[in-house]
Amino acid sequence: MGHSMKRKEDARFLSGKGNYIDDIKLEGMLYMDIVRSPYAYAKIIKINTEEALKIPGVVAVITGADLKAHDLHWMPTLMSDTQMVLPTDTVMYQAQEVAAVIATSRYIARDGREAVIVDYEPMKPVMDPYKAMEPDAPVLRTDKEGQTDNHIWHWEAGDREKTDEVFANADVVVKEKMYIPRLHVVSIETCGCIADYRKVDNYLTMYMTSQAPHAIRTIIAMVTAHVGLTEEKIRVISPDIGGGFGGKVPVYPGYVIAIAVSFLTGSPIKWIEDRTENLQADSFARDYHIDVEMAGTSAGKIQATRFKVLADHGYTDASANPSKFPTGMFSIGTGSYDYDTAFMEADAVYTNKPPGGVAYRCSFRVTEAVHAIERVTDTFARKVGMDPAELRMMNFIKKEDFPWQSPTGWEYDSGDYHAGLQLAMDTVDYPALRKEQAEKREKGELMGIGICTFTEIVGAGPSKDFDILGLKMFDSAEIRVHPTGKAIARFGTKSQGQGHETTYAQIIAQELGIPAEHIQIEEGDTDTAPYGLGTYASRSTPTAGAAAVMAARKLKAKAKKIAAHLLEVSEDDLEWEIGKFFVKGAPEKAKTIQEIVFAAYTNHPQGMEAGFEATHYYDPPNLTFPSGAYICVVDIDRETAEIKVRRFVAIDDCGNIINPMIVQGQVHGGLTQGIAPAMYEELIYDDEGNILNGTLMDYLVPTAVESPKWETGHIVTPSPHHPIGAKGVGESATVGAPPAIANAIVDALSPWGVSHLEIPITPYKLWKVMKEKGILES
Amino acid sequence: MKKQITVSVNGVEHTAEVEPRLLLVHFIREDLNLTGTHIGCDTTHCGACTILLNGKSVKSCTVLAVQADGKEVSTVEGLSEPGTLNALQEGFKENHGLHCGFCTPGMLMRATEFLEKNPNPTEEEIRWGISGNLCRCTGYNNIVKAILYASAKNRGVELPSTEPEFV
Repeated sequence: MGHSMKRKEDARFLSGKGNYIDDIKLEGMLYMDIVRSPYAYAKIIKINTEEALKIPGVVAVITGADLKAHDLHWMPTLMSDTQMVLPTDTVMYQAQEVAAVIATSRYIARDGREAVIVDYEPMKPVMDPYKAMEPDAPVLRTDKEGQTDNHIWHWEAGDREKTDEVFANADVVVKEKMYIPRLHVVSIETCGCIADYRKVDNYLTMYMTSQAPHAIRTIIAMVTAHVGLTEEKIRVISPDIGGGFGGKVPVYPGYVIAIAVSFLTGSPIKWIEDRTENLQADSFARDYHIDVEMAGTSAGKIQATRFKVLADHGYTDASANPSKFPTGMFSIGTGSYDYDTAFMEADAVYTNKPPGGVAYRCSFRVTEAVHAIERVTDTFARKVGMDPAELRMMNFIKKEDFPWQSPTGWEYDSGDYHAGLQLAMDTVDYPALRKEQAEKREKGELMGIGICTFTEIVGAGPSKDFDILGLKMFDSAEIRVHPTGKAIARFGTKSQGQGHETTYAQIIAQELGIPAEHIQIEEGDTDTAPYGLGTYASRSTPTAGAAAVMAARKLKAKAKKIAAHLLEVSEDDLEWEIGKFFVKGAPEKAKTIQEIVFAAYTNHPQGMEAGFEATHYYDPPNLTFPSGAYICVVDIDRETAEIKVRRFVAIDDCGNIINPMIVQGQVHGGLTQGIAPAMYEELIYDDEGNILNGTLMDYLVPTAVESPKWETGHIVTPSPHHPIGAKGVGESATVGAPPAIANAIVDALSPWGVSHLEIPITPYKLWKVMKEKGILES
Repeated sequence: MKKQITVSVNGVEHTAEVEPRLLLVHFIREDLNLTGTHIGCDTTHCGACTILLNGKSVKSCTVLAVQADGKEVSTVEGLSEPGTLNALQEGFKENHGLHCGFCTPGMLMRATEFLEKNPNPTEEEIRWGISGNLCRCTGYNNIVKAILYASAKNRGVELPSTEPEFV
């Protein structure tokens, strides 16, 4: 624990010996390419496959009608909505899958794709979610029985009446309306699979880029059981994954088509989407329209908040949220502040955009919530004439008040928000920055300081509330220690770069005293790993990491019995020191873990089960609540509106730290995925439903030049309920960075009455605001 | 109509009949089974497919295999002997310059040429030098550190600390 061990997985990646999905080749493998709709909403008149089938090497062209013959043309989404695998009559969004071409090479498959001719009758799409909610809006999901409008669901949390009452009587009420834009995760590896169905033994091996291989196996079984392919005949293998960020949680139509085609042809089918398909058709993230209000006293005490959300889910609700939480963990949005009144409501709506949404390195909608609370907190501070740091310090939940009940029903486990913000302020010398800012304002220069103090909610989750399609959100670990004292451990999670092979080994090493370099970690093969719900929402350390601890402790209990037997003493006479049991008062009488394990195979006590293995399924008693205090300093060019992030300091509290190097790496990466939506990224559609930036040519992923040099630090308040006090950290920075950056830019412009700017705050967008407000110099 | 090409890859000469439209990256990955070179986009932006062509870093998704005829190609597999790491690879490992590893081969190949041209770069020069290669995991800080480490090691000067720096 606490040791920056270099990563065990690195050598293969650095030598070009990683094993990613597109690196796998099987004998007799065919390639699939997908014909996609150019229209956002259209009737399909005819799909002409004749020319495509004439191309030598094209084996088949599969349409919705072909799948319908086997009742495989629809599939469930993770949110119990429905989604077309391939359409039989209508396309609902641009880039939707229309037909699949199967060929002997990827080039011929692409030739075939170009030769498929589809006649469409375009219809006027519904792109604006507010218009989609109007009574006279055309109903999009006519396939759903009883659906008479475009409304998907309504959700509420908190106390509406009490909140209205506090707002009615408050000294000060502020509000902001904001849009959290539609984003794409853009993992550098796109999605793909090889479906390998062997007719001879009715067995499907599905190699795929999945963050949750076990859950996917069960979902496949739900879809294919009626054709005789049941769960014991399905093996899902997630090889090395080139980044996930939530985008590799859902089931995409391409996977199902590949399975169907392999099932029908008996050949392995490889499908690797290209970047453009990935950007245009795979699950988006965010797309929340939020009205947020804060009520408080004129002295700056926060008394209540109120949130109203419109969630644009596109064609179907294909979110990756726990089933009972259609807005994910949005209700964490009351923030890090001590008040007891809040009300939130959200409505979701269908439009003619691609379906989703996934997380973009965030625990289920926490980023949207944190952006709203942290932006409106600044607006409130400005209204009451207080410094945003001072106002936050005044309103923070105190460290002695944990566990703390939030107005929307969460029990925050631990934190020290004052210490975190103080460390961030000391690091940047906050008073000096404010002084510099005042001097610069005198000279007419634009400088802004932005703060974000967020509370996250991760580690989903306790089984009483958390499931996906009924599967409870526990996670698992299995440890097998070999006779020579070396181990293999397997998990229900799946690393996509988080460094599980190192971190999990360190956890087990800490518990059992077996060196981490002698603990092999394996994930991603459903035939060998214990069942688990996978890696997303910063849940691996809180759930599977805890499972590893608990499994190791089962082994330690067994080790104690064996040690007592070997040393001929009672168990009560033994004490543990990492790596060995010794007799109290006689430390020379000891047995190392290696000697004990050897005995488990060679000399175990009569009546005891031989071997040295344990499995644990960990059901967390609560979620974990990491927090952070981020400060961003920006300088803005008054002529060009160019924004320069001068400094960005991130102080995180993720509880006890297993590997500081990996934790810091996660924070760095999260920060760059935080500046991305704050200043660069957004998926943009026109009224006709065309995506305007559907390639990396115009969807701006930050490079090393846009990404500032991050400064990071931490404070530690251990989680009281996690067995080693860890909380999870993979996504904190993505959550905390955007409001810190937006607050800094707004702060720079606040003397001109600017209280909000929509992200991404691009130079052009800022230039227009500055021109309108008379700030621009030329 | 196929065309015969001869390409030296990591010092080994390969002669093959290829379609004129075959991309160099597919020739390397599919025909030669050197899968360390990755594909991350279709518009020449991500740089995951970066290799050296006659010593110059290029994105092999935007070069035809036939254009490599008679030339020398270097890929990540040729950076060091199996089981060993060169200074740059070591820099990435020591400084946590990779997470998922997918952009890493392209970063390594780009940084290889960059350090040959600029053996003692500043941080700013490194950031511009790798700005044609996208990484979605690391936030770049540690990639910059990794390249600085390799620069120091190559020049035989004192190595910078590889401990994470915290405020």
